Amino acid sequence: MSLQRDVDALRAIPLFAKVEPARLKLLAFTSEHLDFEPGEVLCRQGEPGDAAYILLEGTADVLVDTPRGRVKVATLGKNDIVGEIAILCDVPRTATVVAATRLHTLKIAKDGFFNLVNQFPQVAVEIMHELAARLHHTTQRLTDVSLRLAELEARRA
Amino acid sequence: MEPSIFAFIRKYSWKQQLLILGLTFLSFPPLYYSLELPKIIINRALGDPDGPWILFGWELERTSYLFALCGLFLILVLIGGGLKYVLNVYAGIVAERMLRRLRYQLYEHVLRFPLPHFRKVSQGELVQMINAETEALGGFVGDAFAVPAFQGGTLLTILTFMFMQDPILGLAAIAFYPLQIWLIPRLQRQVNELAKRRVRQVRRNAERISETCSTIREIHAHGTARWELARFSEQLGTVFWIRFEIYKKKFLIKFLNNFLAQLGPFFFFSIGGWLVIHGDITLGALVAVVGAHKDLSAPWKELLTYYQTLYDVRIKYEQTVSQFAPPGLQPAELLTGEATRVPSFSGTSLRVAGVSLLDEGREPILDGIELRFDLPCRVALIGPAGGGREELSLLLAGLLVPDSGRVLIDDLVLHELPEPVRARKIAYIGSQPTLIAGTIEDNLLYGLKQRPLRGAEPEGADKKRHARDRREAAASGNSPDPLDAEWVDWEAAGIRDPAERLPAMLAALAVARLGDDVYGFGLRGPLPSDRPELAERVLEARRAMRARLAADERLARLVEPFDPDRYNTNATVAENLLFGMPVGHVFDLERLASHPYVRKVLEETGLVGELQRVGYRLAETMVELFADLPADHEYYRQFAFIAPEDLPEFKAILGRATIDRLDRLPAADRDRLLDLPFKLIVARHRLGLVDEALQARILEARRRFREGLPASLLGAVAFFDPDHVNPAASVQENILFGKIAYGQAHAATRVAALLGEVIDAQGLRDVVIEVGLRAECGIGGARLTLAQRQKLAIAREVLRRPELVILHEPTAALDAADQPLVREALLHAFRDRSIVWSLQDQEWASRFDRVVVLERGRVVAEGTFAQISMPAREPAEAPG
Repeated sequence: MSLQRDVDALRAIPLFAKVEPARLKLLAFTSEHLDFEPGEVLCRQGEPGDAAYILLEGTADVLVDTPRGRVKVATLGKNDIVGEIAILCDVPRTATVVAATRLHTLKIAKDGFFNLVNQFPQVAVEIMHELAARLHHTTQRLTDVSLRLAELEARRA
Repeated sequence: MEPSIFAFIRKYSWKQQLLILGLTFLSFPPLYYSLELPKIIINRALGDPDGPWILFGWELERTSYLFALCGLFLILVLIGGGLKYVLNVYAGIVAERMLRRLRYQLYEHVLRFPLPHFRKVSQGELVQMINAETEALGGFVGDAFAVPAFQGGTLLTILTFMFMQDPILGLAAIAFYPLQIWLIPRLQRQVNELAKRRVRQVRRNAERISETCSTIREIHAHGTARWELARFSEQLGTVFWIRFEIYKKKFLIKFLNNFLAQLGPFFFFSIGGWLVIHGDITLGALVAVVGAHKDLSAPWKELLTYYQTLYDVRIKYEQTVSQFAPPGLQPAELLTGEATRVPSFSGTSLRVAGVSLLDEGREPILDGIELRFDLPCRVALIGPAGGGREELSLLLAGLLVPDSGRVLIDDLVLHELPEPVRARKIAYIGSQPTLIAGTIEDNLLYGLKQRPLRGAEPEGADKKRHARDRREAAASGNSPDPLDAEWVDWEAAGIRDPAERLPAMLAALAVARLGDDVYGFGLRGPLPSDRPELAERVLEARRAMRARLAADERLARLVEPFDPDRYNTNATVAENLLFGMPVGHVFDLERLASHPYVRKVLEETGLVGELQRVGYRLAETMVELFADLPADHEYYRQFAFIAPEDLPEFKAILGRATIDRLDRLPAADRDRLLDLPFKLIVARHRLGLVDEALQARILEARRRFREGLPASLLGAVAFFDPDHVNPAASVQENILFGKIAYGQAHAATRVAALLGEVIDAQGLRDVVIEVGLRAECGIGGARLTLAQRQKLAIAREVLRRPELVILHEPTAALDAADQPLVREALLHAFRDRSIVWSLQDQEWASRFDRVVVLERGRVVAEGTFAQISMPAREPAEAPG
């Protein structure tokens, strides 16, 4: 049953890893499969995001516009997620994502995701745990970097 | 309108009333003799054993005499009854005609109300008055003379008969009439008073209901349903208590009437019995009197009721009529008149001479406006909202009548011109136009329907019906114009050749930028059944579409074509089984399995059990996924196969049996499960429940369904056939002949673009727009968006090409991107005509010859754009 495959794909995403399987199943059922041809754009840098995509098959290129032109910064593959931040808060897309091969994705719409979260606060708590962990990680790294920076500046002075 | 109901009746139906009276008088002799005969039967045929028994000069044997008399009695009853039948039907016709006339007149008066009056009247009340409350008046008209004549005459006949038998008995019969005459009307009046209160209350209810309908969005947005329910409940309660009082009084009257009527027999048997014993009257006479008395109470009651109704109806009529004659009612001639000749506006002038307009509080909205423009001319009205721009626009369009002063064109006073004459010359486009219920085309042509051009020419049975309808309309003083005549005055729009009509409509739609929308409606609309030549072109387009899809693998993925021999994974199970469009309501895609023929096919192909198992699995999944969701959750509407209220039931069904023992379930449960899988779409739902083996069996059922379809059901489904158009499917479905695939990025937009290319290449765009013109707009245009309504209102006037167009912020409801385009297109469309445009955007006023600045109801500046934008004027005063 391909629904089960979608649930497995969702569970492989760290953001959803701790969410109850029954809820993931509902999320999978209410999400749609979307195929992209090579060269087709999943999302465009600077545009508001309304969905996240989980890559089920194929690869996609992440491109960032810089003053020197468009630069490819990463390639995404199976079970990677595109635009997870967009379904959590209103920020413009930070990069353009283009299908590199024929791409098979599961599209998680922001509305659908929020419906789920509103109904089952437990899901929100689990996601919050995951985000908090990431924040903790980021903060720690920032602290390290700040220390290093202070060291460097002290050395220069 | 006539000041009183009797004046109304006299004026419009005196001839019919005379006929009714004549018929009434004719019915009395048979009545009298039908009372007389029983007496003769009892006294002579039965009571007198010696004879001679003579009838009309012939001497008869006793038994024959009896039967002859009985036969005569029967004949008289028949004649009396027959006359009454004719009288009733005729009185009914007269009543209905008068009712029709009254409603027509009231409706005509509504059309003549001055516009500001509509702010004061409630729609619900008008509806209630014209529809419901006139009913009683109409009923009364038929009875106005007939009832007093007939019932009074009947009463008199019976009384005469009684007095002829015995004056004392006669007196006994009417002994209590004075009491009744005094008492009953007094009670009845109270009842009527209550009834009137009830009517007013019901009107208020009607008003509340219509208010609810019009403010429904506010109610939901504010969550005030409970308050509204309480309010309505309170109103219903008021009606209840009034009714309660009415019942108490009404049945008291009934009780008194019955009691007093029963006192009659008491007197007859006591006094009459005494007289019979003493031989003063015969037994036959007493029996006849008792019989006659029974007939007496009915006319007597009718007369009392009539008297009350009369009192009531008089007041009701006067009340109603006064409601429909507000001050400022337009003369009737202006509504439909055609007499006035109006010259071409070009070379004349438009003058506003000392025009003032007051609001309800007699405060000036416009104050002594003086303007003069030589036509043709383009005038911009600017100034702050509420400064009088809208009112001046309406005045210039002739839609408002000034309180003093005049608007003149040449030397014709605008508000004295008959409306059809004025409307052909002047158009008005406001900021909140409304549409009529009908198709887009009906709305587009609405401005060309001032009068019937050629009479309808029906044939055969229609001709007879047509003539009858005309006659009857004339008898009720209704409109003489047949609705099925040719009303659309194409020549008024400057179109003489029928071949130019469609292009003219398309051009008008293009000005309003409504063409794409109508094209969209056309794609979703059905193929016109009256254009068989289109079929081949649509098939051509279908083949072209197929070729385009086949040529490019990327495109091919976007559409899954209908193939009689393949299961379409982007269509529902029901669509796959039927493989066609249902026509009418015989086959319902939502509940396909409940149709006996479908059921039979499923049984023959052994699919019933299989689909029930799929249904069981589906129910399991639904229960699992949706069990914790509240009933009003968005997901139910979007994704669920089971309505929230049915979920517990399915849960119970699942609990009753396991999947391999479905036979244990009651038949009703199995039917419920069988219904479920029909909405499954393999590509969309990804539940893996309809595997390839099952798909093959559904294909088998599809074949069987089609082959075995009984003749009686042939018309109920239009099958998909690659080589024929499908009359029940839309234009788009016919060309695409397949389903847009799920799960392909941007499939809908890409297919739409491709479809557009194919349609253009086949030259079908105009045809599609033509189909779109037949799309229904809904009541008040409810099926269109606000912008579409506004655009349609613009296109409607563009098509008409009147000499003078008055516009008040006509593009306000459009998308910001559309606004400047439509404005420029409008200026271009009316380039050789006169335009008065009330607008917000001061910059844009530079496009006009003259600019008038209105503030607080006065003209504060007037001149060319350059003149009024002189630095002398404070820019701050200009609107943004």
